[in-house]
Amino acid sequence: MQYLPNILFAIALILGLGYFGINVKKLIRNIKLGQDVDVSDDKNQRFNNMARIALGQSKMVVRPIAGLMHIIVYVGFVIINLEVLEIIIDGLLGTHRIFLGVLGKSLYGIFIASFEALAVLVLFAVIVFWLRRNIIKLKRFMSAEMKGWPENDGNIILYFEVILMCLFLTMNATDLPFQEMNSGNLVSQFIAPWFSGFTEGTIHIIERSAWWLHIIGILIFLNYLYFSKHLHILLAFPNTYFGKLKPKGELNNLESVTAEVKLMMDPDADPFAAPANPDTIPAKFGASDVTDLNWVQLLNAYTCTECGRCTSECPANQTGKKLSPRKIMMDTRDRLEEIGKNIDANGGTFKDDGKQLLNDYITPEELWACTSCNACVEACPVSIDPLSIIIDMRRYLVMEQSAAPMELNNMMTNVENNGAPWPYNQMDRLNWANEN
Amino acid sequence: MSEQLKVPTMAQLMAEGKQPEVLFWVGCAGSFDDRAKKITKAFVKLLNRANVNFAVLGTEESCTGDPAKRAGNEFLFQMQAVTNIEVLNAYEIKTVVTTCPHCFNTLKNEYPSLGGSYTVMHHTQFLKNLLDEGRLSIEGGQFKGKRITFHDPCYLGRANNVYEAPRDLIRKLDAELVEMKSCKSRGLCCGAGGAQMFKDAEPGNKEVNIERTEQALETQPEIIAAGCPFCNTMMTDGVKNKEKEGQIKVMDVAELIANAQDL
Ligand code: SF4
Ligand code: SF4
Repeated sequence: MQYLPNILFAIALILGLGYFGINVKKLIRNIKLGQDVDVSDDKNQRFNNMARIALGQSKMVVRPIAGLMHIIVYVGFVIINLEVLEIIIDGLLGTHRIFLGVLGKSLYGIFIASFEALAVLVLFAVIVFWLRRNIIKLKRFMSAEMKGWPENDGNIILYFEVILMCLFLTMNATDLPFQEMNSGNLVSQFIAPWFSGFTEGTIHIIERSAWWLHIIGILIFLNYLYFSKHLHILLAFPNTYFGKLKPKGELNNLESVTAEVKLMMDPDADPFAAPANPDTIPAKFGASDVTDLNWVQLLNAYTCTECGRCTSECPANQTGKKLSPRKIMMDTRDRLEEIGKNIDANGGTFKDDGKQLLNDYITPEELWACTSCNACVEACPVSIDPLSIIIDMRRYLVMEQSAAPMELNNMMTNVENNGAPWPYNQMDRLNWANEN
Repeated sequence: MSEQLKVPTMAQLMAEGKQPEVLFWVGCAGSFDDRAKKITKAFVKLLNRANVNFAVLGTEESCTGDPAKRAGNEFLFQMQAVTNIEVLNAYEIKTVVTTCPHCFNTLKNEYPSLGGSYTVMHHTQFLKNLLDEGRLSIEGGQFKGKRITFHDPCYLGRANNVYEAPRDLIRKLDAELVEMKSCKSRGLCCGAGGAQMFKDAEPGNKEVNIERTEQALETQPEIIAAGCPFCNTMMTDGVKNKEKEGQIKVMDVAELIANAQDL
């Protein structure tokens, strides 16, 4: 019986990590449903971006208040995870505060003291975040796409943080030997007196309960990530690594189109010749569903934190149009999840559900409102590119369905016939030089 | 303003066996739009004044394909691109300058992988170089001390990270450069990009150009400076909508410099 806690702990750990592992596998499978794209270039620049944007949070501080608070929670999260490491080792080996022996009293004290200080800072930041969402009701958290689950998701995470931080402090405050040692109990020494009325036995039970709840809470949190916008804690790293390196204004040139255009422009080409490589001919031009997008775009969707910085900078959204770049990302993720569940339910293959990203999630009205200004791309703190999805879907509308707004069709006819978007003759192109 | 503009075409230079130092890509707006043609001419005056050996394609120029690409018509874009690249490569063009940020972006970023690699400059960058090389001098003239705010074109600013060249030029006019609350990388679009110029906006509660004009008016400028023919149109319309066209002018940076010298 002596080893019962260790065994229970190991089981909890295996269950927690195992379920997380299953979901990570699903996540990777879903992302791989996207089209291939070559992102093997300039590894140095990519590492650099990851270090600066994900690790260094360089984009967060564009908005100073939210940025500072976020950095506190982020640093708190990373550092307190060192404490989790100790908890896991203790739990498995049946030791108590194993790092104390390793580090020595004063060094260990410094560590725990900094954790406790961070815990208080995190609590403070989380309260500010909660106020922004629920009392101040910041506009970017109130949009249509945030109703329901996304709104709850945002709050659930905040409650989680509060509970975890309180459990951590309680655990320290009720650890009598730790309090007696009087090193590192920077904050918990002020909480300890609250429990002075209890017997030593009761206090020990509280300490053990807080310890267990803390680690179980963390395992639940870990597994909650997959279902939440908080996946960005993990995915921000690969996403900033794979983010766009080219100038923001540069849209990709579709290679499949290049092949056809070359054929059309080449006077020697045999129009009836079979295409050289049938594999390079795509099923369709542009994207009408998530599987037409490339996998980086799908990774983007899972990484989106739903912060709405993109939408709040979007000129179309600011002037009341339906377009919201955040919604584009949320829709992409929702549809991808739907396809993933479909595959799970049908034994590993997708069964046509008669739905797609276009129309069932994103309407042409949203797509046509975009000015391609790149404000959303610039604003995103984790290098997401909503514009690329908008353009790919426009490509489908225009090249597969000829469904551009009438005025744009006129513009394109002009370009085709006169080499200008207006009905002027190309031969008049230099007239300005002789006009006054 | 009196002298005749000197606008050599590539075909003429070719016939004379000459090669220009730079090709001036005029663009569709610069060729056909009445307001934008003034910008084109102002820029040519500056080129003439600085004795720049340049040429235009004239009737051999065609739309870069930018609006088609942004509208989703990749076919039409690449057809335009391949046609233009053939012409540019046949003339062995190395350097291109353009007054349109959309042409600038497309030529600079989207042509290389289709076989057209050139050094491409926006006219504000080119003018800045002329200034630095001492080939062009800038005087404040009528703009000395005037309050000028600069509207960043998305395709120059965010799209290609060019923020300082136009501002450096405006400062050279001894003008008071005032920034809007959202400027540079956070500048608000004028509403014309992404082929919006050629269609009505989707239903909403405001036009984008009105929103941007209001931001510009908050700085109480005498002049709203632009670096793009489309932004110019959108901001001019915005100022008219606010019935401020009597007090506030919308001018391209090239026009400011040319007018300051009474060219
Ligand atoms: S690129 Fe399109 S979606 Fe993004 S901010 Fe600009 S208008 Fe909005
Ligand atoms: S795309 Fe980026 S900026 Fe927009 S909501 Fe998602 S994380 Fe935030």
